[in-house]
Amino acid sequence: MNAPAPSDSILTVRNLSAKVAGQQVVEDVSFDVPATGVTALLGRNGVGKTSTIKGILGLIERKGELTFAGERIERLRTHKIVQRGIGYVPEDREVFSKLSVAENLRLAERTSKPRRELVDNLFPDLVERAAQKAGTLSGGQQQMLSLGRALINENRLLLVDEPTKGLAPIIVSQVADALAEAAKTVPILLVEQNLQVVRQLAEDVIVLDGGRVVYTGKAKTLLDDETLIHRFLGVSGGDSHPAPSVASATSAQEERA
Amino acid sequence: MSTIVLLLITGLGLGALYFLVASGLSLIYGLMDVLNFAHGSFLTLGAFAGWEFARRFGADSWGTFLLSLLVGAAVGAIFAVLTELLLIRKLYERLIEQVLVTVGLALATVALFEGIWGQDPIYLTAPAWMGGQTNVLGASIPNDRFLYIAAAVIVLIAIVLFLKFTRFGLIIRAGVENRSMVTALGIDVRSAFTLVFAIGGAAAGIGGVLASHYNGYVSPYIGGSLLIFAFIVTVIGGLGSLSGAAIASAVVAVLQQFANYHWGIGDLVVVLLLAAVLLLRPSGLLGSKA
Repeated sequence: MNAPAPSDSILTVRNLSAKVAGQQVVEDVSFDVPATGVTALLGRNGVGKTSTIKGILGLIERKGELTFAGERIERLRTHKIVQRGIGYVPEDREVFSKLSVAENLRLAERTSKPRRELVDNLFPDLVERAAQKAGTLSGGQQQMLSLGRALINENRLLLVDEPTKGLAPIIVSQVADALAEAAKTVPILLVEQNLQVVRQLAEDVIVLDGGRVVYTGKAKTLLDDETLIHRFLGVSGGDSHPAPSVASATSAQEERA
Repeated sequence: MSTIVLLLITGLGLGALYFLVASGLSLIYGLMDVLNFAHGSFLTLGAFAGWEFARRFGADSWGTFLLSLLVGAAVGAIFAVLTELLLIRKLYERLIEQVLVTVGLALATVALFEGIWGQDPIYLTAPAWMGGQTNVLGASIPNDRFLYIAAAVIVLIAIVLFLKFTRFGLIIRAGVENRSMVTALGIDVRSAFTLVFAIGGAAAGIGGVLASHYNGYVSPYIGGSLLIFAFIVTVIGGLGSLSGAAIASAVVAVLQQFANYHWGIGDLVVVLLLAAVLLLRPSGLLGSKA
């Protein structure tokens, strides 16, 4: 018997299972994403966080029940799901390297009234580099462009996958600030390895291990408890990055891919 | 000197025909990873449609000739769109099935064309100017070659402008790079697939009408023979690269003309060039996919 979705959830995930190249990487995952604030999806490397995000969007083979803003979406194609109001910031940015910054943003616009001003204000660097090919941007600038693509539409949920991965500390801070600003108007499901960023942004956490949900609760409760952090993430509270899981080698391969 | 000019310009004329076929092949593969072996059938049907139109309305008039190009383009585009919608769409990311279906379609359509128009070449007439020659630096160049080159340049410019300045063009360029991310931005990339097939089919249809004038006849086999060289050009230029296809078309055809003129081994030289490119630069001259 599935648990009913709380009325203040924007997204409910029930019994989500996902495969990559025929291998099970997410297994029977259920959780809710509140309609406000940032919810962090945590776990050691390779436990299926990215696959969960991709599964929600239908970018990989999956089954399960997905309800977004009261509408079942698991049978919809990816572009239809996104058109319902979900912005996606993928792991490794995935900007279109041969398109200019302006073209990347224009491509992402889904309505005739894109939020150009918001994106320009959040990332003034992108305005200066509008004509530059995205492939020539630094990692931090590419991440801002990737975030800009998600923020340029008035979404009802953002799925943000490891936005600070591989970035210099000062850029991490800028990205975190941008996400904090975005979170004032749109709920975010955030996959993040950097626990300091999670502490700064997230109100709720969901922890995966071995492709399953092993903990849900308030972010503060988890992050203030060394025992819980060590148990679920394999690090001490002072460390930023969780250790790899030994439980899900296949998932680790997928996330690296 | 005059021989060099002659071989160069006639080579570019032949390369123009290669490009008209290869441009569609390259775009289709670049966006959809589909190797379309039925592309020659778009060309053949376009050629027959152009000929059917021209013979009814006076094949020796310029107006009819130009309209026959449009008819060939429209028929090629419609055939290509139907192929995409009815056969290819269900087979994306299923490479073996795509090859089987497109090869099967190519064979079936040739048989169909034989049934409708017969196996023998049907000779055609054209505006008188096309049969004449123009002297360039001492070389007598058949006039029709200039027409093929002009048509290919116009098609190239039109496609480049379309890709550069329209939203669909933007989607196609992004889709060639990362199709799933385009979808993840809320864009139905399938409509871009259909459009690319239409563009490729239209270019092949124009190529079909021009190829029939190049040969002096139209036949059910006109597409198949050009398709082989178009595939070679597509691979040498780099799968998915329009500019690569344009450069490779010119290089391959000019080389072929020179080798044919001096040693009679044009086709062999082209195949050797293909082998060299595959060995030394598997992604082709300007391609990103090996």
